[in-house]
Amino acid sequence: MTDTVLSIEDLSVTFDLHQSEVHAVRELNFSLQAGETMAVVGESGSGKSQAFLSIMGLLAKNGRASGRAMLGDLNLVGMDKNRLDQVRGKDIAMIFQDPMTSLNPSLRLKTQLSEVLVKHQGFDKGKAIRHAVEMLERVGIPEPGKRANAYPHELSGGMRQRVMIAMALLCQPKILIADEPTTALDVTVQAQMLDLFKTLTEDFGTALVLITHDLGVVAGVADRMMVMYGGRCVEKGRTDELFYDPRHPYTLGLLHSTPHIAHRAARLDPIQGLPPSLEHLPKGCSFHPRCAFCFDRCLEERPPLAPVEGGREKACFYEGPMTYEAVA
Amino acid sequence: MAGITGKDAILTDYANKLEKLDAPKGRSLTQDAMRRLLRNKAAMVSIILVVLIVLAAIIGPYFVPWGYAEVDWTSIRKPPDLSKGHVFGTDQNGRDMLARVLQGTQMSLIVAGVATVVSVVIGVVYGAVAGYFGGKVDAVMMRFVDIMYALPYILFVIILVVIFGRNPVLLFVGIGCLEWLTMARIVRGQTLTLKEREFVEAARAGGAKPFTIILRHIVPNLTGPVVIYATLTVPEIIITESFLSYLGLGVQEPQTSLGTLISFGAPVAEVLPWMLLAPAGVLVTLLLCLTYIGDGLRDALDPKDR
Amino acid sequence: MISYALRRVLSAIPIALIAVTVCFFILRLAPGGPFDGERALPPNVMANLRAYYNLDQSLPMQYLIYVWRLLHGDLGPSMVIDGFRVSDLIRIGFPFTLTMAMSAFVVATAIGIVAGMIAAVNQNKWPDYVLVLVVMIGVVVPNFLSAALLQLVFGVYLKWLPAGGWVNGSLTHLVLPVTVLAWPHAARISRLMRGSMIEVLGTNYVRTARSKGLGERLVLARHAIKPALIPVVSYLGPGLSYLLTGSLVVEQVFGLPGIGKYFITAALNRDYGIVLGTTILYMFIILALNLLVDMLYAWLDPKVRYR
Repeated sequence: MTDTVLSIEDLSVTFDLHQSEVHAVRELNFSLQAGETMAVVGESGSGKSQAFLSIMGLLAKNGRASGRAMLGDLNLVGMDKNRLDQVRGKDIAMIFQDPMTSLNPSLRLKTQLSEVLVKHQGFDKGKAIRHAVEMLERVGIPEPGKRANAYPHELSGGMRQRVMIAMALLCQPKILIADEPTTALDVTVQAQMLDLFKTLTEDFGTALVLITHDLGVVAGVADRMMVMYGGRCVEKGRTDELFYDPRHPYTLGLLHSTPHIAHRAARLDPIQGLPPSLEHLPKGCSFHPRCAFCFDRCLEERPPLAPVEGGREKACFYEGPMTYEAVA
Repeated sequence: MAGITGKDAILTDYANKLEKLDAPKGRSLTQDAMRRLLRNKAAMVSIILVVLIVLAAIIGPYFVPWGYAEVDWTSIRKPPDLSKGHVFGTDQNGRDMLARVLQGTQMSLIVAGVATVVSVVIGVVYGAVAGYFGGKVDAVMMRFVDIMYALPYILFVIILVVIFGRNPVLLFVGIGCLEWLTMARIVRGQTLTLKEREFVEAARAGGAKPFTIILRHIVPNLTGPVVIYATLTVPEIIITESFLSYLGLGVQEPQTSLGTLISFGAPVAEVLPWMLLAPAGVLVTLLLCLTYIGDGLRDALDPKDR
Repeated sequence: MISYALRRVLSAIPIALIAVTVCFFILRLAPGGPFDGERALPPNVMANLRAYYNLDQSLPMQYLIYVWRLLHGDLGPSMVIDGFRVSDLIRIGFPFTLTMAMSAFVVATAIGIVAGMIAAVNQNKWPDYVLVLVVMIGVVVPNFLSAALLQLVFGVYLKWLPAGGWVNGSLTHLVLPVTVLAWPHAARISRLMRGSMIEVLGTNYVRTARSKGLGERLVLARHAIKPALIPVVSYLGPGLSYLLTGSLVVEQVFGLPGIGKYFITAALNRDYGIVLGTTILYMFIILALNLLVDMLYAWLDPKVRYR
């Protein structure tokens, strides 16, 4: 677990609006080790999806990324599209939130699956389809040979997400980015899907980035996690440590607003207030208007992401005990 | 019976979008939509131009020194000449082109207005009845609309010419009777959703008669689609009218319309270009502006954006 | 797919029958007739004429006779020109009208689709702006006016092309009419294509395709074009019927020997036989086109087949 497959340095994403610009992601730094699973957690609008879309070169037209995303010695940020197309789908693959709309409704599954192999492995069509069918079987699709001829609308949401997973893993990529892969699915299917992720990424030695707002998803799966707020990383470290000993008030808030995990609290405490608009981030620490531990320094000065003991990092000035009982 | 400008394709798209939404809300001319329309520069310029053209067509003739059928024997086939008051020149009979263009515009607008009003009224009533009563009534009524869609529009217009002969107003009442299909489909879809709303149920519980409910509660909620439909239908009728007149089937001398003027201007355009350019310019400006207004209204009232 | 096609064909038959009925009765119930000339005909001639055209029978009987003949492929006689039948008119004029409409259709559809795609891919850049302008002109300027202007510019001033008329087999005589006919159609197609392409390029599945590293060209060709064509295809049916009926006007303006010329003359002479026969013919064509489009639609959007 020492092989770094992806290292992100000072990644920022900016969107040009008509008169202004919005910084969706600011100065993000992290590295991903081979085969590990990292969760990226945050509310919607925290920049978690945009950060990874920018690595995949999938930002909307008005978006630009700066900084570096090193895959081996290739910098994916600002890379020429043709060069990037030799990497994405092969070494780094992505699965999206909504399986209902992420497959092309007018093409048969086998076409959508096999084209990846034809492009990246140079297989001929027949061989590519045979491989695709095998992969469908691996992700637990019954009668894969028959289903390969189906159109997406003939499959349920869970089945479609399985197809997406199969498609992403066809080339056995080094990195798989899954953007809220279970959000749109039934709760029962969610658990199966997470199991599938775990088994397959272990089998293929693929590093998994799991983007989610649901800590319940993170708990059983991720080795490490990164919490994002207002486009910045506010805390990161090993999942179990963050769960039992959160050091950032936002992480604490997330834990307390998630059922099952908030077993230490008597009741659920949703985080007060709304996520900030990226156009008007508050001065100082962007979390301060919603923070129970906020003091005067937080209003003026932005806390930098700084190392704490045990290889963890957090961006908060507060050093006292971190429980709601302490404030209440 | 799809018309000749392809507006039905645009409107059907809009109608489908409306039907997909559960409850029609804020789709009337709300302040929000007005603000969006005001921000649309092309649409605003177009509205101003159309208002100017309409005003000129109505009150213009009182300020022009020549009548539209009046002959100026001293200037026949003359290019624009300000000193004599022939701003757009004269035709082969010495009639003032400006006066004729104004009268022609007026005629085109009148017939377009008549046909549009007729088509909107029929479309709204037909669609509301079909949607409100639903079931078999609806199925039969909409089947009839499907059949009407299969009829060739231009040929039917010409059949109407054969029937109504040379009375332009009656003719365009007839054409209005052909134009209501898409309106009916939009209104039906809207009515289907509107009739499930609380205020309609309340009215029904209060013992209101179906036609009272349709008139009081359903029709007033259809402002958005009706306005868009009307702005797209007016240019279509203007084109139909000018096309009929161009073929010699529409408005007759000494009365005139934009189409009649163009049909007289076209053959002599090589020597008397002003006779073609003046009416053609007005026609194209009018059509362009109305199209921009229709597009602008559709964007402003677009249910997807809210 | 085959059972879907069969169902569609069967459902078109009652529509056709009802449409025939509507056309027949509207025309028969219209005031005036082909024999109300300036001078009244002698009663015995009139009676013979009426008997010849079955006008002495009751209206329902006339209708049954008409439908019976129609089922045998006879669209009826002219009521003005002796011995001339709608089938003669079709034989003389229809090949020309069809050639012109079809060439305009093929040219315009191809140009419209490509232009719409170029505009969508270059959204809000100069190719898009130029195209939007050309499209707007095409949508707004009625064909008789664009015909007059093009005749003036290319026929009279530049003398590059003949301004009108017809010489058998001469392609140059077809350039201006086909352009006039095709322009609005191409404009509408490209407008639809641009809109749907922009929408498709923003969909999740195109993003998925890009994420697979397929390369932009393959993404467009395989993933974007087919779904983007759906609204275009649904316009092809009405589009072709606009072209067929629009060619009536263009034929008249350019003096070309298609159905249009005869049809308009017939309308002016109150020749109900020709008007009715031609209208019914066009109606059948439009119904057939709509069927064809439905099939294409089912191929493009697999979901449709199961409805």
